[in-house]
Amino acid sequence: MKPIRLDPYLPIIGVLGLVAVWYLAVWYQIVDPVLLPSPVDTFRALWNGIAGGRLGFDFMRTLERTILATLIAAAIAIPLGIALGSSERVYRSVEFVVDFFRSTPASAMFPLFLVLFGVGDKTKVSVAAFGAALVILFNVAYGVMNARKTRLLAAKVMGASRLRVLTDVMLLESLPQTFVGLRNGVSLALVIVVVAEMFIGSTDGLGQRVFEAQQLFAMPDMYAAIFAAGGLGYGLNLMFLLVERQFVHWSGK
Amino acid sequence: MRRESPVVRAQEARVPTGNAGEVPAVTVRGLTKRFPDAVVYDRFDLDIPRGKLVSIFGPNGCGKSTLINMITGLIPIDAGEILFDGKPLRDTKFGYVFQNYREALFPWLRAIDNIDYPLKLMKLPKAERRTRTQRMVASLGVKIDLNRYPYELSGGQQQLVSVMRALVVEPQILFLDEPFSALDYEMTLFMRDQLQRIFVETGTTTVLVSHDLEEAVYLADRILLLSRRPASIADYVRYDAARPRSDATLSQHDFVRVKAHCLEVFQREVRKG
Ligand SMILES: Nc1ncnc2c1ncn2[C@@H]1O[C@H](COP(=O)(O)OP(=O)(O)OP(=O)(O)O)[C@@H](O)[C@H]1O
Ligand SMILES: [Mg+2]
Repeated sequence: MKPIRLDPYLPIIGVLGLVAVWYLAVWYQIVDPVLLPSPVDTFRALWNGIAGGRLGFDFMRTLERTILATLIAAAIAIPLGIALGSSERVYRSVEFVVDFFRSTPASAMFPLFLVLFGVGDKTKVSVAAFGAALVILFNVAYGVMNARKTRLLAAKVMGASRLRVLTDVMLLESLPQTFVGLRNGVSLALVIVVVAEMFIGSTDGLGQRVFEAQQLFAMPDMYAAIFAAGGLGYGLNLMFLLVERQFVHWSGK
Repeated sequence: MRRESPVVRAQEARVPTGNAGEVPAVTVRGLTKRFPDAVVYDRFDLDIPRGKLVSIFGPNGCGKSTLINMITGLIPIDAGEILFDGKPLRDTKFGYVFQNYREALFPWLRAIDNIDYPLKLMKLPKAERRTRTQRMVASLGVKIDLNRYPYELSGGQQQLVSVMRALVVEPQILFLDEPFSALDYEMTLFMRDQLQRIFVETGTTTVLVSHDLEEAVYLADRILLLSRRPASIADYVRYDAARPRSDATLSQHDFVRVKAHCLEVFQREVRKG
């Protein structure tokens, strides 16, 4: 008899465990039932919200804003990161500025962006793009700078021009680190978008949904929106990982 | 037939015309190179004979890699001149095999495309690139699946791909910097004989940096023994045993004598401290 391989199913144990603890907490009323609805109520709210309710719409709005912010960030930060990273001296001269703003909470920039872009979508997307761009920039520049010396020398000794070394070697060398930047960037963009949806006069989006449900004391709806946001973050990360595995097959080998 | 001592003293070796009609491929004159914390070369002279295999052997950090990096133009020199055939090196085609094949091959390209890359840089049409590559693979009798990526190959296979990438441009001179030192012993022995075969078949002037004295002598026509920094020629030894050499060579009187002599010179240099 073949032993049954349990390993692929291990992650399910954690999920079942969490739901079990949750059930027990509700059953024995360890937590105030008003604050913690049962898993069944919550998943029903999630299901109804996604299939035809408003939650699905809010989910798509947040997804749109996050993707748009990440695309803008990537379009600006990747070329800039390559330019910075390919000259060590240029990088050293702007390193402090990049590091400083990377360490500045992007949420502190909301008021500034509000003044610049008003209370519309533009502000939410541009603050998220700003935060993501710095993360991507840093990683791309780092990846380019840390291109393996030997590989650059190998290209050079074969007669590659500076431009060819950049396009044929440095760019590809930096690709794994670029993906790290993209993944971190998209996560950060999602965080900023959700916060912006909560507090910057928004009529849709997951952040607004969570906030509104809380205001109305519709707890199952609130938890459903939180789970939807978690699913969104997890899904985006997974998507980038899969794309990365396709494009950067040599990563870590 | 004139019998020659296999050992040429350093002073004689310096004189380019004194070497039994050898034509130098590379001449180095008055070469000087300083790093912030060390003078690596100070008015250094050297001739690399055409069509020969020269092994470079010397203490750690004496400047072996630096020397071939300067000859190939990878790093600038402070003073002196390096000529190939009496001409500047700009138009010379080099092959260069690095010690660290993992970091020298391009992991995003299949082995075959790695080999193809220098031909692409030369802007050769695709058809010609294909025939050149195939011709070389056939002549070396390589039995590797070249459609794999480098990380799917063994260390020896990867280094063989590096060697092919260096050879495919039909270089005028081939440099190898400790090419086999990251391989296990069995693979090293195999690769030594591959290199010898390539050398016998193509007659390409070859410069091999080796940290293994047996290997350095076994493969060489001339063994360049360097001193500590600033590097000078401690001795430039001849070894004329017929090729192809084999395991039997290792126990021949000539081989043992040349190797013992090299070891003696090396130890004298190291002790100078
Ligand atoms: N880029 C550099 N900057 C400063 N010092 C350097 C640099 N490259 C080499 N050196 C120094 O120059 C000396 C010669 O280095 P090189 O790598 O040529 O030695 P090597 O003979 O190849 O040594 P090994 O046997 O370890 O390969 C060493 O002392 C090294 O520390
Ligand atoms: Mg070295």
